[in-house]
Amino acid sequence: MITESAPPALDLTEARRRRAEARWRYLEDTYVLWRRNRLMVLGTAIILGLILIAALAPLLATHNPYEQILNDRLFGPSATHCFGTDSLGRDIFSRVVYGARVTLTIALLVAAISTPLGMLIGIVAGYLGGVLDEILMRLADVFLAFPRLILAIAFAAALGPGVENAIIAIAIAHWPSYARLARAETLNVKNNDYIQAMRVLGAGKARIMAGHILPLTLSSIIVRMSLDMGTIILTAAGLGFLGLGAQPPMPEWGLMVSDGRQFLVDQWWVSTLPGLAILVVVMGFNLLGDGIRDVLDPRQRQA
Amino acid sequence: MSRYLLRRLVTLTITLFGIMVMTFFISLVIPLDPLAALAGPQAPQETVERLRTLYGFDQPLYVQFGRYVARLARGDLGVSFQTSRPVFQDILKFFPATLELATFAILVGVALGIPLGVLSAVYRNSLLDQFCRLLSLIGVSTPVFWLGLVLLLIFYFKLGWLPEPGRLNIMLLEPPRITGVLLFDSAVARDWEVFGSALAHLVLPASVLGLVGMAGIARITRSSMLEVLSQEYVKTARIKGLGEFLVITRHALRNALVPTVTVVGLTYGGLLEGSVLTETIFSWPGLGRYMANAFLTLDLNTIVGGTILVAFTFCVVNLLVDLLYAFLNPKITYTES
Amino acid sequence: MAHLRRWPAWALVAAYPVYASLGPSRAALHLDHFEQPGEKRFISIPTEAGVTDDLLLDVQGLKVEFPTLRGTIHALQGVTFQLHRRETLGLAGETGCGKSVTALAILRLISPPGRISQGRILFEGRDLLAASEAEMRGLRGSQISMILQEPRMALNPVIRVGEQVAETLLVHNRTLSRRAAKDRAVEMLATLGIPDPQQMARRHPHELSGGMAQRVMIAMMLVTRPKLLIADEPTSALDVTIQAQILELIKALKREINTAVLLITHDLGVMAETCDRVAVMYAGIVVEQGSVKTVLKRPRHPYTQGLLRTIPNDMPPDQPLFSIRGQVPSLLQPPTGCAFAPRCDRAMPECAQTVPPRYALEPDHHVACFLYRGGTANRHDAKSAR
Repeated sequence: MITESAPPALDLTEARRRRAEARWRYLEDTYVLWRRNRLMVLGTAIILGLILIAALAPLLATHNPYEQILNDRLFGPSATHCFGTDSLGRDIFSRVVYGARVTLTIALLVAAISTPLGMLIGIVAGYLGGVLDEILMRLADVFLAFPRLILAIAFAAALGPGVENAIIAIAIAHWPSYARLARAETLNVKNNDYIQAMRVLGAGKARIMAGHILPLTLSSIIVRMSLDMGTIILTAAGLGFLGLGAQPPMPEWGLMVSDGRQFLVDQWWVSTLPGLAILVVVMGFNLLGDGIRDVLDPRQRQA
Repeated sequence: MSRYLLRRLVTLTITLFGIMVMTFFISLVIPLDPLAALAGPQAPQETVERLRTLYGFDQPLYVQFGRYVARLARGDLGVSFQTSRPVFQDILKFFPATLELATFAILVGVALGIPLGVLSAVYRNSLLDQFCRLLSLIGVSTPVFWLGLVLLLIFYFKLGWLPEPGRLNIMLLEPPRITGVLLFDSAVARDWEVFGSALAHLVLPASVLGLVGMAGIARITRSSMLEVLSQEYVKTARIKGLGEFLVITRHALRNALVPTVTVVGLTYGGLLEGSVLTETIFSWPGLGRYMANAFLTLDLNTIVGGTILVAFTFCVVNLLVDLLYAFLNPKITYTES
Repeated sequence: MAHLRRWPAWALVAAYPVYASLGPSRAALHLDHFEQPGEKRFISIPTEAGVTDDLLLDVQGLKVEFPTLRGTIHALQGVTFQLHRRETLGLAGETGCGKSVTALAILRLISPPGRISQGRILFEGRDLLAASEAEMRGLRGSQISMILQEPRMALNPVIRVGEQVAETLLVHNRTLSRRAAKDRAVEMLATLGIPDPQQMARRHPHELSGGMAQRVMIAMMLVTRPKLLIADEPTSALDVTIQAQILELIKALKREINTAVLLITHDLGVMAETCDRVAVMYAGIVVEQGSVKTVLKRPRHPYTQGLLRTIPNDMPPDQPLFSIRGQVPSLLQPPTGCAFAPRCDRAMPECAQTVPPRYALEPDHHVACFLYRGGTANRHDAKSAR
């Protein structure tokens, strides 16, 4: 016969050990998933490469990106100028390398402005609800009523040419989607037992919003942000191409593509190579974003 | 359902109002004094002041805004500085070209994107899937303007397979304008030479826009199919003894296409922004190029008028997409909020 | 051969498909002799000699694995049981013991990377694991059907329910017209006690209540009068009152259609009411099999005994509830001996070393436990034992 057994007493060390084990397993799974997903590894490599290139630009560039040697205009790719020169005799390779700094700066600044702004508005709107919610969401809707590029172009035109204005313009065009996302997530968790328990314990609204709701919305915001990075860079390049973003002589990739447009037929490298850089970097961010989304998606972990 | 529609229309009106406020704000911020431009660089200060009173620029902001709204309601979008024609007229003139381009682009996108997405999902993790995912990834990551230049370089300059940038061979005359859509007008007039030329000129720009759109559509089709294929009713269909092909097409795809359709609709609306860049490269006489020029030259009236129109179209497209989604998905009842 | 060139002959040949599709379907006229097209395709597989005619399903040593991130999950580690015609066999056990996997394996719907690694599934004497995919498709839905736990999730949300019921008919009988299939579907819905079946047939699944949806699913799976109906926890998602109705319905239909039912459940009460025989599963194997009375009144396997003790029937209110000590083993590392040994109070040294074969205590009472070594070991298990 099977004997009855009393339920085991709560063993704290055992519980702690099990929890630590579970966390370790989570990290292990994350690593395995990361490694198995070759594309994500590639994406991470590209982005790390970008960061490295941007940081080590002075060491990697073969020439001064701003130096114009008018005698050497429009040379093709060669030993000295591996990407050739542009219409003002500047070395394209060095400009592409320094352009990495510009691109990275733009992307990070836009994200740094639009994401916190969007999250703030979204969480406040979602948690406090009521009239404030309606107003903020209508405001976001108005911004979302414009196609993002058009809005960015409009504000860039209004604010005037220049990289700083372009950054502000793109950030203005991007915050509403984060606000919406944050609000949706907030609404999801607002009535969780966990949050209600906090309220019962007397936590103030600000504390709950910042300390508890914010971390819960973080994972989808991060996924969205990493997926958006590519779009941000494309928008910035588009603005550069149209002449509304970075201004000459800044080595911004979109601007470089536009510069080379008139020489497309015979000196293809002036436009093509900077554009290729944009493609590779955006692809890297997209791969990374996809990977992050896959890793954070609970279903993937089971198979 | 009609209650939902009503609510959305009300929201649309509010949003439209918001759009007008926004564009008014933009017009204020623009660092260009339209009056100085109007009066000319030589005009003395008092002429500019007189113009100011004449045009009401000295009135308080809310009065200006009120007059602005009234003007818009009348359909008067002002006169373009570039073309010296009423903006509204310009927009009517350029809109069909963009519509033609966007429609073709979407057709390319759907025709390539949906099968790619379905195959990707069904043969998950196979070589085909990896290839399709890579292709969609490149499509989504490519700068539209760069792709246009590269394809132009290859197919026109180097290979000569496709014609020059532009809508029509310059030697040919446009057919009598009925809709402004060249393919339609020339078919009606039975001018097949023009039809052929217009079609040939359409291929490259539509492909550029379409390839970018295709990538997005393929991705959503794939993820939506994957989601659907893991559902219980797909298992049920297999239990019933249906062959795999029927399971995928009759049961899975019908459900998977619902989110895809919304993405297709949204992409269509999003092509408006893609066309700004594409039309610039291909010298396509459409709304995008018109707007791009307006932004560069700070043509105030065009910027304001064009932006409002673009935003409005975008909103309407979104609304239609939402309605379509509600129609396709019998589970969603919009009577509950 | 000149006469073949004459047009009347070709006209007749061309007219046949037209006649076949327009003419009244045989099914509509002879409801009891519904043709099973799947039967014809089965001639190629040889029959096992010495099998009783009464035995419908004979599962022998079935093993199923699922490769995952952390290793291979051995979901089934040698499942053996028998199901006879027109009987209801209950497949009981806790969550995770492999009941649903067994059902999917019978239908050969284990999706890759999972695979059936060993064993035989004899349906009417023919090994299903040796059948081709086309043959299996012919079986599924027409000879072997399955109803699932969550009916509203198991029905396609965008297709009307009447169409979904009719589809099973149309898949297996090409000569049936759509109109006739629809009518038959409506009749079936009526048989299942659905009020106003014509109207109901035009609804979508989300418009139905849980009980209605389950009836629709049963209609969909029984409309072709299969020989075997697998019911995977058909009532677990329903309220208790509806549960009773659905179970009664299944019993009544079973009698009318002469179907055998494999009822998968974790609810011992449901099992006691509806099943003729029972197979108890634990950690991927069948530990005890026998008639309902025998297993529930005189359980032999320590697991079954423990399971029955957990039912708080006549316990005085202040006593703690009984639960079997220990935990279900992880399926990642299949144990070397009896899977239940770590939790068993009567475990012997050899229990941890060898997997116990099935011993027959009475003609129809098998237990996989060394305590009953006196009974005859089943030869199939001897072959599949590790």
